Amino acid sequence: MAAPTPLAPVLSAHWDARRSWTLASYEQHGGYEGLRRALALDPSEVLTTVKDSGLRGRGGAGFPTGMKWSFLPAPDGGPRYLVVNADESEPGTCKDIPTMLASPQSLVEGSIITSYAIGCRHAFIYVRGEVLHVIRRLQRAVEEAYAAGYLGEDILGSGYSLDITVHAGAGAYICGEETALLDSLEGLRGQPRLKPPFPAVAGLYARPTVVNNVETIASVPGILRGGSAWFRSMGTEKSAGHGLFSLSGHVTRPGQYEAPLGITLRQLLDLAGGVRAGHELKFWTPGGSSTPIFTAEHLDTPLDYESVGAAGSMLGTRALQIFDETTSVVRCVTRWTEFYAHESCGKCTPCREGTFWLKQVLRRLEAGQGTPQDIDLLLDTCDNILGRAFCALGDGATSPITSAIKYFREEFEAGMHTPASVLFPPERSSLFPYTPREAGRGAQLAGAAH
Amino acid sequence: MTTTTTPKTAPGEGGALAARPPQGDLVTLTIDEVEVAVPKGTLVIRAAEQVGIQIPRFCDHPLLAPVGACRQCLVEVSTPDREGNLKAMPKPQASCTLEATAGMVVRTQRSSAVAEKAQHGVMELLLINHPLDCPVCDKGGECPLQNQAMSNGRATTRFVDVKRTFPKPIAISTEILLDRERCILCQRCTRFSREIAGDPFIDLQQRGAAQQIGTFSPEVLGFAGELPGTVGEVPQGTTADAFAPAGDAPRGPALADESGRPFASYFSGNTIQICPVGALTNAAYRFRARPFDLVSTPSIAEHDSCGSAIRIDHRRGVVLRRLAGDDPVVNEEWITDKDRFAFTWQSAPDRVTTPLVRDDASGELVPASWAEALEIAADGLAAARRSGGVGVLPGGRLTVEDAYAYAKLARVALGTNDVDHRVRPHSAEEEAFLGAHVAGAGVTVTFADLETAPAVLLVALEAEEEAGVTFLRLRKGVLAGATRVFSVAPLASRGLERLSGTLVPAAPGTEAEVLDAVTDRAPSGPLADTAAALAAPGAVVLVGERLAGVPGGLSAVLRLAQRTGARVAWIPRRAGERGAVEAGALPALLPGGRPVADARARVDLAAQWDVESLPATPGRATGAILAAAAAGEIAGLLVGGVDPADLPDPSLATAALDRARFVVSLEVRRSAVTERADVVLPVAPPSEKAGTYLNWEGRPRAFAQALSSTAMADHRVLDALADAMGVDLGLRTTADVHAELDALGPWDGLRLAPPQEPAREPVVVGPGQAVLASWHTLLDAGRLQDGEAFLAGTAKRPVARLSAATAAGVGVPDRGLVQVSTDAGAVVLPVVVTDMPDHVVWLPLNAPGCAVRATLHADAGALVHLGAVSAQVAGPDAGARPTGRRARGATAQPRVPDAGPREPAWGVGAVHRVDPHADHDHADHDHAGHDHAGHDHAGHGAGHDRADHRTDGDGTGHDRGPQHGRSGTGA
Repeated sequence: MAAPTPLAPVLSAHWDARRSWTLASYEQHGGYEGLRRALALDPSEVLTTVKDSGLRGRGGAGFPTGMKWSFLPAPDGGPRYLVVNADESEPGTCKDIPTMLASPQSLVEGSIITSYAIGCRHAFIYVRGEVLHVIRRLQRAVEEAYAAGYLGEDILGSGYSLDITVHAGAGAYICGEETALLDSLEGLRGQPRLKPPFPAVAGLYARPTVVNNVETIASVPGILRGGSAWFRSMGTEKSAGHGLFSLSGHVTRPGQYEAPLGITLRQLLDLAGGVRAGHELKFWTPGGSSTPIFTAEHLDTPLDYESVGAAGSMLGTRALQIFDETTSVVRCVTRWTEFYAHESCGKCTPCREGTFWLKQVLRRLEAGQGTPQDIDLLLDTCDNILGRAFCALGDGATSPITSAIKYFREEFEAGMHTPASVLFPPERSSLFPYTPREAGRGAQLAGAAH
Repeated sequence: MTTTTTPKTAPGEGGALAARPPQGDLVTLTIDEVEVAVPKGTLVIRAAEQVGIQIPRFCDHPLLAPVGACRQCLVEVSTPDREGNLKAMPKPQASCTLEATAGMVVRTQRSSAVAEKAQHGVMELLLINHPLDCPVCDKGGECPLQNQAMSNGRATTRFVDVKRTFPKPIAISTEILLDRERCILCQRCTRFSREIAGDPFIDLQQRGAAQQIGTFSPEVLGFAGELPGTVGEVPQGTTADAFAPAGDAPRGPALADESGRPFASYFSGNTIQICPVGALTNAAYRFRARPFDLVSTPSIAEHDSCGSAIRIDHRRGVVLRRLAGDDPVVNEEWITDKDRFAFTWQSAPDRVTTPLVRDDASGELVPASWAEALEIAADGLAAARRSGGVGVLPGGRLTVEDAYAYAKLARVALGTNDVDHRVRPHSAEEEAFLGAHVAGAGVTVTFADLETAPAVLLVALEAEEEAGVTFLRLRKGVLAGATRVFSVAPLASRGLERLSGTLVPAAPGTEAEVLDAVTDRAPSGPLADTAAALAAPGAVVLVGERLAGVPGGLSAVLRLAQRTGARVAWIPRRAGERGAVEAGALPALLPGGRPVADARARVDLAAQWDVESLPATPGRATGAILAAAAAGEIAGLLVGGVDPADLPDPSLATAALDRARFVVSLEVRRSAVTERADVVLPVAPPSEKAGTYLNWEGRPRAFAQALSSTAMADHRVLDALADAMGVDLGLRTTADVHAELDALGPWDGLRLAPPQEPAREPVVVGPGQAVLASWHTLLDAGRLQDGEAFLAGTAKRPVARLSAATAAGVGVPDRGLVQVSTDAGAVVLPVVVTDMPDHVVWLPLNAPGCAVRATLHADAGALVHLGAVSAQVAGPDAGARPTGRRARGATAQPRVPDAGPREPAWGVGAVHRVDPHADHDHADHDHAGHDHAGHDHAGHGAGHDRADHRTDGDGTGHDRGPQHGRSGTGA
């Protein structure tokens, strides 16, 4: 046995296998064993197994998966749906797309087991439309599963039948919000729905629906194969199991690191070869751009739902974006805010108008033309968005701003007189030869300031 | 409309409220320390209104489903947990989407700093992209955004950045303009068009700050492609040209809507009214007035028999706009665009302002004093009475007061029962129906009943076209899952589709036969479905006035009602019809449903009217009066608001007017009648008089005089005319009329016997012939829409509808031109192939360029000739473009001298009847010619589906493909 590693590769265990995305490769490595075990059980026993495993939603909110399934009302003879949220669009987040690229069958198998557990006969996988290569792999995987008898009528002679439809989104961040996703899937404008009714009661086509993240569903076959005790042996008491941690940015070896929940960034950075040579950690996101940023002082915070929450952020999608000391917090936050302004669906006032305003204030600060009131204005506007917006995406847009001001207020204050590009020349942050997209824009803005 | 809520809690009443014990399905909650019990399911924002607390709001509207988009109504909420401990919700809640629950504690901006801050924050955000152009905005002064920014917003803005702007305005239609930068995206307009009208002609586009309301616009949506075509061309040469100020033309054509259907919402004006900002404005009213300069008078709309509450806004004697009134029992908060926008006719330049008398020497009408005109009129009528008698035609648009004055004057001063308000196809059967079933019946079926009726059968009634808000109420019942709608009609209209209605197909003239076939013995299909549905308690049959034109139709309705237990309501088109029936403006009916033939009724009434006796024989109906006048038997005519073009035979009417020795016309505007009158007495249009309409329910809809005016109501003019004849009518004021009507009381005697006519054999259709189907569209060439070009631009384009087989038989392709002709004349219109019985052609009754009665001298049920029109002869624009109301006379002659092949290619003179039955089998028709034209008889099996066709709410399930294919490809 090799030296003990803090990693726990389960989903990613065979990503390095030859043609890992094929059904043959998947089966070689224990694929569809979980399904066979599940079909031998009563659906309610499958549900209990998942409940006992302590699996929580891997899409960010961390809601207990088994409990979510059990919220479906008793069968009434009508259809019930599983919808897999594969609209991975959060800046920094890159776990579902690699999973579907390297091991799409794990999602297919998980979907079958989940559908069996909840009594669904037609499952949908809503994939982000921009990732065409992933859609193709997923479609091929579903085809292969049909051909092998894992999908369609009378699966493996169990009498259970299921169809899976892979649906491509049309390029909207909001469609990662589960009710907007359902509207989009129904062919409507993708905007979040009023809740209640919750999807469990009236989801897709107003029928009981479970919406789960790709990683959540892909984790289910392992639980059936290894048992809930095996799953609980990883992670912490309340945050059980394994999870993909995606390191990106100023890190020597960026990528997906699958480890038990509760691992720390320090451990992960050690595995990833540390922050890029000659530099030191300045700030990082624990779960994508919607989660409040952390700094070097949080290097030893266990990355589980509770600890990250206690430290003032959210585990989110475990998208660890690492920024070293060359990075301007103001510029980084401005880019994120531009993203939220661009992706706001427009339904509610706070998110639609708030992000529009925040973007302008931040651009001013980035250009060194801020006013003394701007920081208070940012904080107050964030306060007027947080908890006031229709869905959680508005809240997420405020997190990077408020947390950045909390830890790096002086950089925002510097925005009243000095452009970020002067304080933090962008070429120093760049991992590649730097070619400004808008050559001279910073200089112009700087010039205008004088 | 606006968000104003009058605080209803008087000082000290809070305690009383708190002390009130909670009732059955009530939940008790606390709002700002005030306890309130509300029915379960009540939204917090509504509960707050009940205790007089106004929470600011924009997207919320009591008649629309909650959406929670604007976030202006945030409040702080705590709810008790399972143990009963009060727990605060972590975030402020939108009170417009949150249902009140027992023990809930709500703190609004009045007692919660968090709620107040949240509201101020949202308001500031709403305003950052708003242009703040209140001083030039139509809404300024009555704007919820403006008002609530003052009451619940920051005094100053912190926004010093760049606002989002849009080119302004865009024309949603000729009628409605949209200034997108003013819009706060509350979605009230799109929700209205989706949830209420079912005409989603606008929707959200783009996202984020670029999100905007719009039509389906390739420029906005950013894809290449052609525009889906333009509709609503400005009708050139309409009378609007004469009224509209120079340079005030509609701003370009409206786009086709998102479904590709030409924009044709009859309810679009409601979106302007519910818009909480000035984003949606009306092309005619735009920049014309400030709300605080306007005087508002509540009134009742005069355009249909629904009696919709409206508000007339006027300034210095000029009506500037009309808005929907809020009347939950009748029109809720909605009115049709016609009710809203068509008011310029009342102040048209051709108003008659002084009495006119015909000058013996010149033959021209010349102004005269009231005294002179009344004397001449009185003398002339007295002379006419002596030499043959006088016929009285009051018209169907009068108030009860006016109609009563005509009815009384005819009997008391002219000694005749020759009085009939009906200016449309009518029959003795209809009068019997009205006398037996309608007159004196009071309010039976109501709007609210339609909402809950398990089944509603429409007979000869297109609810959307002929009684707009009735359609909305039906749709409300349908969407709530309470009501199923059936319609006996030749085709499933867009209106019926939006009611998810079931068509019971009936060729024109066969309605009676079809109604008689609605039995529980009918083979499965729409007939049996209808019979079963009508048997449910609470079912209703709504009958349109058009059924009078079908012999046996109204009798069949009564037979059906008796069979099924369904209740019957009669829905005429005109506002004054029901009132005139009650007032006795009919030849066999005295006021209150008293039969003329009933001696006791006559004696009673004579005593009441203080005359010795009343004429005892029932009089002549409109048609007979005109025929008698044309034949010289009747010497005089007293005519109210009558347009000869509305009569089944307009030429008979003009002949009668020409022939009659003496004609007195009481008119608002110069008309075909005034041109032929000896004395014209000006009367007041609705906005210049007070009165009462009876709506189709029988509900009195009283309205006050909006504009001060020297014009007099008909009853006052008639009172003066009677005076001049030496008769005291005693109807000088509305109070006089009301006192007399009250004294008259209800009639408890016998009524007219219900009609018992059998269904008649359908007409025989010869080769090249078709049966005419026709009804009024809401917006057409009617005189009451004169002067409103913006409204006219939203009318449906006139088209002829034919079945695929009939069109193929005539040799006209879909969208090709067809000529529909009789011996009297012809109209040419583009064809829209429609799923409908063969050998039937549908035309709009009075559209621009298609005045059916005036041109064809024909009506629904008549036989007409069909012929193809080659493009060279007619040109692509021939019938397609509205040619304007003035052109009505011009179309009286056949447009196309040689109608081309009158003999259709397939017809060889085989005579057959058009069978209305759902199970009709075309194969029965021994028609070798069908095959000649390449028809697939087997395809007629699909005819069963067609009959069985249950239309679908959004029309998506309305698959007409196979039937089209049948005619297109042949066998």
